[in-house]
Amino acid sequence: MELTKEEESALKGEHGETMETAYRILVAIGEATNAEKLVPIKWAHLSGVNYNTIGDAGEEFLSKLSQDARVKVMTTLNPMGFDFDSVSKYNLDKNFIEKQQSIKQSYEKMGVIPSFSCIPYEIFDLPEKGTQVSFAESNAAIYANSVAHLKTNKESAFSALASALTGKTPYSDLRINDSPNLTIKMKIDEPNELAFGMLGYFAGKIADNSVAISGVSEMNKRSCKSLCGGMGTSGRCGKFFLGEGTADAEKIDFGKKEMQNIYDELNTSDRGDIITLGSPQLGLEEMADLSSMLKGRSFSKRCMVFCPRVVQEQARKIGYANEIERAGCEILSDCCTCLTPLVDKNEIDSVTTNSIKGAYYLKNSNGVDVNLKPLSQIIQDETK
Amino acid sequence: MTFKVIVKGKASGKILKTDTPINFLGAVDKKTGVIHDEKHDLAGRSIKNSILVFPYGVGSSVGAYTIYSLKSNKSAPLAMICAKADLSVASGCALANIPMVIATELEKLENGKEVTLDTESDRLIVFHE
Repeated sequence: MELTKEEESALKGEHGETMETAYRILVAIGEATNAEKLVPIKWAHLSGVNYNTIGDAGEEFLSKLSQDARVKVMTTLNPMGFDFDSVSKYNLDKNFIEKQQSIKQSYEKMGVIPSFSCIPYEIFDLPEKGTQVSFAESNAAIYANSVAHLKTNKESAFSALASALTGKTPYSDLRINDSPNLTIKMKIDEPNELAFGMLGYFAGKIADNSVAISGVSEMNKRSCKSLCGGMGTSGRCGKFFLGEGTADAEKIDFGKKEMQNIYDELNTSDRGDIITLGSPQLGLEEMADLSSMLKGRSFSKRCMVFCPRVVQEQARKIGYANEIERAGCEILSDCCTCLTPLVDKNEIDSVTTNSIKGAYYLKNSNGVDVNLKPLSQIIQDETK
Repeated sequence: MTFKVIVKGKASGKILKTDTPINFLGAVDKKTGVIHDEKHDLAGRSIKNSILVFPYGVGSSVGAYTIYSLKSNKSAPLAMICAKADLSVASGCALANIPMVIATELEKLENGKEVTLDTESDRLIVFHE
């Protein structure tokens, strides 16, 4: 990879230790993806916020880094482990809360916007089409590429961080060439968001960087986010196109049998002790939808609803939040179903959710069983 | 074999090899280096102080932090050799200063063999008898 004189001297450590580390990461991923140069980005979105996932080593690294590191471009953040507003209601140990607070402060000190959201594409103004960004959250990277027409690779926590600190990224892979070499035909009639999530999970397993999906003319927001979440969970694919794809692309069907296999892999229970909605977090449109579906009904068990802070505030002003809470839900911000310590296997055996991404992490990281259902079915079965 | 150096460095140790991709966030204990995913063919084995040979990393973007944590906890592999590069493993090794290369013909690297990997040498891998 060719570096400018300025970049070369930063890599040698002439601009301090932080820049040396950041450029070392950029050069490694540049070599790994055969990039010829670095290009500027306008926006970085970071993962590596939840103490549950980055642990003591991550917390200490960020604390040290934040002593002198400052982000050079607009930088937003993934969810953390819990919502500070309601954490006292949960049985969470003091060490976790303190370490999470330290991680939050380190990012704020570096100039990162404390958005704590996995759906930055729904809560910030989008830059113009074709803009290079660096998104580490996989559902957000896929949405940015496929729906918002931005350009990003499926970044790692450190590659996005290095891009935030330098304002640059290696010019490679999906940033240059995003043509899919595989077309998946959706053969499920009238698919709900769960079917789209499973389609995404199926596609992620077999596709390379990019995939075409035929047989789908339109998706609502809930289904589209479910597709992005599922796809980001199972593999390396970072972009989908709706359409037939190229003539020479390999063709694979996603029919009832393929969907059943995914369902059997991720659905491990026929009931849940609690319900979680969100992963990705719910946007304002989905909060509106949920509040109207819940009119006159109430949940018979605990239901956790995850949405970004700013969405909760808007939903409260408009009245959606009150209706959702009246129906018995807890609304939580700054965290999400994925990897939250609030779902504890010592207290809960199983969770009902409509999220494929949530299902994967609930089972594999939280260690609880999962009961998968579309939202309409959850409301029919679990409310009166 | 042909190599591409992703992270420079030198290490000597025993090869620990798998043909199954590794999900660092989901499958590796960041304190001990033990693979705790029962479905993985290295289940129960520790990657600590090994020359780890595997196809590529999969899973969450936060897997890069797992690699850094392993190094901080002195439970990291001495070096990694992959068939394909992925951003989490490349960036995790870069931050943690773990030598990492992409190589062809991984079948020539046998489990348990003692090797020296030196990215600055003409002979990148030397096999010890």
